[in-house]
Order: sequence, then C-alpha cells, then structure tokens
Amino acid sequence: MSGQPPPLLAVRDLSKHYPLRTWWGGKGSVFRAVEGVSFDIRPGETLGLVGESGSGKSTIGRAVTMLNPPTSGTIAFEGTDLAKLDAAAMRRMRARMQTVFQDPYAALNPRMSAGDYVAEAFKLHRRAMRGSERREAVAGLFERVGLDPRFMGRYPHQFSGGQRQRICIARAIALKPSFIVADEPIAALDVSIQAQVVNLLQDLQDEMGLSYLFISHDLRMVRYLCHRVAVLWRGRIVELAEADALYADPRHPYTRRLLAAVPVPHPAEERARLAARDIADHDQPPDGPLTEVAPGHWAAMPQGPHA
Amino acid sequence: MTAAMTKPLLDVRDLAVAFDTDGGAVHAVNGVSYTLHEGETLGIVGESGSGKSVHVLAMLGLIPRPPGRVTGGQVLFAGRDLLTLKERELRKVRGGAIGFVFQDPMSSLNPGMTVAAQLIEPLRIHLGLDGRAARARATELLDLVRIPNAASRLDQYPHEFSGGQRQRVMIAIGLSCRPKLLIADEATTALDVTVQAEIVALVQELKRELGMAIIWITHDLGVVAGISDTVQVMYAGRILERGPVDDIFADPRNAYTLGLLRSLPDLSGSRTGRRRLHQIEGAPPDMRHLPPGDPFAPRNAFATPRCRTEMPPLVQATGAAPGHLVAAWYDLPRLLAPEAGR
Repeated sequence: MSGQPPPLLAVRDLSKHYPLRTWWGGKGSVFRAVEGVSFDIRPGETLGLVGESGSGKSTIGRAVTMLNPPTSGTIAFEGTDLAKLDAAAMRRMRARMQTVFQDPYAALNPRMSAGDYVAEAFKLHRRAMRGSERREAVAGLFERVGLDPRFMGRYPHQFSGGQRQRICIARAIALKPSFIVADEPIAALDVSIQAQVVNLLQDLQDEMGLSYLFISHDLRMVRYLCHRVAVLWRGRIVELAEADALYADPRHPYTRRLLAAVPVPHPAEERARLAARDIADHDQPPDGPLTEVAPGHWAAMPQGPHA
Repeated sequence: MTAAMTKPLLDVRDLAVAFDTDGGAVHAVNGVSYTLHEGETLGIVGESGSGKSVHVLAMLGLIPRPPGRVTGGQVLFAGRDLLTLKERELRKVRGGAIGFVFQDPMSSLNPGMTVAAQLIEPLRIHLGLDGRAARARATELLDLVRIPNAASRLDQYPHEFSGGQRQRVMIAIGLSCRPKLLIADEATTALDVTVQAEIVALVQELKRELGMAIIWITHDLGVVAGISDTVQVMYAGRILERGPVDDIFADPRNAYTLGLLRSLPDLSGSRTGRRRLHQIEGAPPDMRHLPPGDPFAPRNAFATPRCRTEMPPLVQATGAAPGHLVAAWYDLPRLLAPEAGR
C-alpha cells in the first residue's frame, strides 16, 4: 500500500495456547485462546478489537505489550521485534507502550497517593529526575487529564471512578508513549462519565499522536472512536475493515449477528428491530482464511464448492 | 399499551431509604413515588447511586438492616403495604407474585444445588407443589425459557450451563410462580450482546404469553427504548423525569435526561465529520452530603438559582404527553429553542 506510513505495531500470526491438564495432572490438549492473528496499527490510529467474552480480546492486548508473551508469532513495535529484546531493553520499550485497564481501582495501589502513583513512572524510568522536577511533571499531567493538581496527595478511595481512570491515564502518558492498549477502559464507568474519558483519549491522541488498541464490547462507542475495527471470534479475526465500512457492510456472518444484536437508543427503531429480529442463525460461522473482499476490507469467508 | 386502561398493581409512595455508615447516613432513596399498572413495562434508568436498585431491594425487604433502614413511605402491592408485612408474609410475595432476576446469575444461583432443586424450591413454598408435579412444572419452566432438552438438564449444576443459559434459568425461577410483576435489575448487563438480545427477546415473548408487569432496571438506553412502555430517570435517590417512552426520548424535559441522551455517540455521517461526544461535566454527588435543592444542579448548565436551594416537585411537563412528569425549575424546550434555531 503506497503512501501509507510504516506501521507502528505489526502483529503477525500471533497465537496464544494454554495447556489443558487432565484430572490426574497429566498433559492434555491445548486451549487455543488466540490463533494466527495478524494486524497492523498505524501511527495515530485507533484500532478497535471487538468480540464477546472468551474471544481472545484481552489476551491479544496483553500479548502485544508482552505482559503475557504469545506462544508463537511476531510482534514488531517501532520496527523492533519484541521477542528479541532482553529484560532491560524490554523495560525501556515499555515506556513507549502502556496499558489502561477496565478497573482503575484494581490498578491503583490503595496505600499510595495518586501523585506518588503517577510519579512512580518517572522513578522507574527517569531515575535522574530530581524530586521537584518530578512534582512539577506530575502536576502537569494531572492538569492534562483534567484533575486538580491539589488532589495529588489524595488516595484512590477519595476519587470517583472517572477520576481514578484519569489517574491511570496520567500515569500511562507520563513517559510520552506512542502506543496505549486501552482494555475496556470505560466499561466500569457510569454512562455520564464514559463520554468524558472517551473525549480525553481523543484529545490525547490529537496532541501526542498516540495510537490505541481499543478493546471494548461497546460496539457503538467502537464505531464512534475507532478508525479501523477487527472482529474476533474464538481467538481468530473474522473481519477487519475501516469502521464505517465494517458497520455499513459487514461481510462475515458472525459480524452481522454481533452488529444486529446491538440495541438502538431510539424507541420506534428499537421496537421495529426487536420485532424483526432473526434469531435463527446460530450455526457455526464459516471459518476460511481472511480474504480482501473490498479495498482494505478483510473477511474470513468460507472455502470450497458452496462458497 | 395505555396505562389508563388497566388497574394499578404497584403504588410506591414517598419511599425513603438510608444507610448508616461511619461517615454519616447515606441517603440512598429520597422520596420516590410512582404507580405501575398491570401489564406495564417500566424501564428505570440511572447510574450508580441513583437509588434505582436500592429502592426495589427495599420494596422486597432485601436490604441488610442494619445498616440500611426504610425511613419513610409505603409500597402498596395488590392493596397491601409491603413495608409493613412480617418477613414470613413477605417471603410469600417474593418469588411468588413478585419474581426477580438480578445481574449476576452465577452468584445468584447456588453452585452446590442442581437446577431442578432451585427451580422446585419456590414451587414448593409458594404453590405447594411436590414430587412429580413440581418436577413437571420445573421442566415446563426450562422449556419456557427455551433451554433445549429441558428434562435431561434438570439434574445438572449451574456450572454446566453457559452464562446466557444461567440467566435463562434465573428468569425461569423468577417466573416460576406466574408473578404479576417481574423485576429485572441489570439482568443482561454481564452478558454478551448477542446473548442480551436473546434474553430481551425472550422476556418480550414471555410478557406476551403471561401478561405480567415488568420493572426493568438498566443503564442501557438502547434496551430501555425497545421494551419500555414508561421510562423513569433516577438520580441521587430521586425521580427526575418519567413518562411514555417515545415522549421521553423525543422531548426530554430534564437536563440530566437530555445529557444522557446526548452523551450517546452520534454515528451519522463519516467518522471525520462527527462531533465530539457531549459530556456531562462533574461527577454524581456524595450521597452523605447531598446538595440542597435539585441534586443535579451542580452539574447542570441550565440550572437556575432556585435549583440550588429548592428541590422541584415531579409534575406534568407543560405541553408534553399526558403522564410525562418532570422535576425541573427550568423550562428545557425554551432554553433549547435558540440551539434549534441555529
């Protein structure tokens, strides 16, 4: 594809298998949580990863940052094959790739003030930084994510859910990363707070040129926020396309079933949708290799004489 | 369905609930009043701390006492005040004439009991069914919630069912004694979207078959739009707005309702042309120290000075559909008119 900048993250044939033990403790078969997944994320791009529980979304999120390294496949980040890095080099690389999780309360340390939690990033990665400099940097980050720097000394339980997620985002951007895995970052937040966090993520992307892997089960928010979307089904990508193309013209039967299930917040439309719902299609979706069905639109389509 | 044509089933009058904590009393429900008619589906929308769940738990005598206490009000169900019933009598209503389904089917089902045992328990208590009759009814119920091969699955344990099937089992238990009212509290929130769609469709079908009234509590405006006759918006333990579903969505009169509807992502046009998400500023109030007046006023750009000192009553909204009630000192359509004219 000419005119495209080289990808920031290139994932090729990523698989993650877990051995299944038999009841007497012997070796059993393997559970294929993720199987042969490939995708790119471009600089400044948001790639959405959607799928239902057990589809492998979070496993992929943890694999691409090597928090939970894959069984096989390659992950090239900013041109570097992450598998080839030693522990020290990987630690340095982590400053460039960060993760924001679903539950900010679980991510935060209850005994550490919000300011200290954010400052920890500098203590780990910028050892030369002086205390006063660090304080100033943390205050700047608080302001950047919409928190009052006067609250730096407060503890996690003194913040609301949305504020806690802002603290986690402040720490994630502290070292000026180029890539953030956002794993269900709004799922635990109240509806009125979700928009605040999504707007913040978008502002940070505009200012810092960040790329996101946005893992979510909120299919409407994914369409709104993401440039491209990958649909996972049982550990495999069954469709990958520009967000608008995917939602307007889903090709894979599973994508269709998934999108058809999303309720529409409009009474007349939603009642019509419920009345017209086709509940028949529960067969296993076809599972062929990804094929480019339109420019930039990939779908796993069935192979063989009936295709 | 028009509510005026049917009889009132549930009449909640000025219900108030508080929880005593070390940091002072948390005023979880602050004077909630509404009437639910036979066969009506009421969708209750609200966030954490809105009182949407606590008020139904209080109604059913299910809040832990202490620290919780009902500080006022009446809940008339089929003519009797549930709040004055002895626990023994209340138990006959719960799971009998009022069935309920909560969010997490795994923690609501007993993992050590077969599905049959859990289905039969309410049948024994409420309907006096035993032995073969109870088992036959249990099979019927699993059939009703569309679990294939119902008879052969009765003696299985909850872990042998998928998440969606467990929620179906919960619904079967909720419906087991042919309730006049089914209360579902975030019943599909923990489920995948395709499973949610199946459960919503199932409940709609069952409602047509059995004719019960439903209180469906959720934060999902999409689900509410499809299944509700009436929508009720709650915030800080109060009802801020309620009315016929179409009118609430088309003509919201409370700024909080408007904020919720506007915070939904706009998916029209192409991605590049879309506006920034509308966000409601600030955070829900601290329920120990509620602001005087309208609890949403500190976050409301349309708030008037009076909003900050005096709680507005819930009254018929001028010019809106009959039964469309709003608690607001401001006139939202008039305030929005300049926006529409632009």
